[in-house]
Amino acid sequence: MSTYKLDITREHCPMTFVKTKIQLSKLQPGDILEVLLTEGEPLENVPRSSREQGYTVLSVSHVEGHIHQVTIQR
Amino acid sequence: MGTTDFTKEVTVKDPKKLSLISFSGDFDKLVATFTLATGAASVGYEVNIFFTFWGLDAIKKKQGHSFVGKGFLGKLFGFMMGGLGSAPVSRLNFLGISPKIFRYLMRKKNVATLEELVDAAKVLGIKMYACEMAMHILGLEQSDFIQEVKGVLGVTTFLELSEGGRTLFI
Repeated sequence: MSTYKLDITREHCPMTFVKTKIQLSKLQPGDILEVLLTEGEPLENVPRSSREQGYTVLSVSHVEGHIHQVTIQR
Repeated sequence: MGTTDFTKEVTVKDPKKLSLISFSGDFDKLVATFTLATGAASVGYEVNIFFTFWGLDAIKKKQGHSFVGKGFLGKLFGFMMGGLGSAPVSRLNFLGISPKIFRYLMRKKNVATLEELVDAAKVLGIKMYACEMAMHILGLEQSDFIQEVKGVLGVTTFLELSEGGRTLFI
């Protein structure tokens, strides 16, 4: 089981979702992806769309300022 | 006198499906097409893009001003269009200066460029199709397109593919 990190705080739509999706698709069962993202659309939709695609959102935590971390497991 | 049954429910069988008709070869409309396509595919949608008329220029294997196509007029059109790199914007094109400014601004503001969006569409496995009729007019063959173009379709097959989802004409 491996843990990967992805920072999409400087990305804009649609690359916020594109980069997350590409990284998620590389995960093996049990692997974890920690995604750093900003408030607004990424924070609202990355956890939701990940759940919809069958991944488990382990946590959503505030990091600093407008930045949050979403931890997703395959 | 016949009556319309307005109570009949129109259901979207598979709301997680988006089919786009890419008609325009304009830079800004291609950005819209590929933004919608990649965004939707990223959140789990099945995405089809049906390229027709000017839109076909975006998926040519040989980009740049090249004589792609059959016959004198087909080759001439192929040369004049020139692919993604020379796509004009739909308003205020200023002889091709505006797309260059847009590309500069997109890079500066860290927004995906058209080429990056097309690359993302390929990686995400978005299904691309070419319009048989427009190809016939322009003298194009499937081998003239990038390998991600999965097939050559007519209207009826596109309707079958898009059935049950959402369809947009861009």
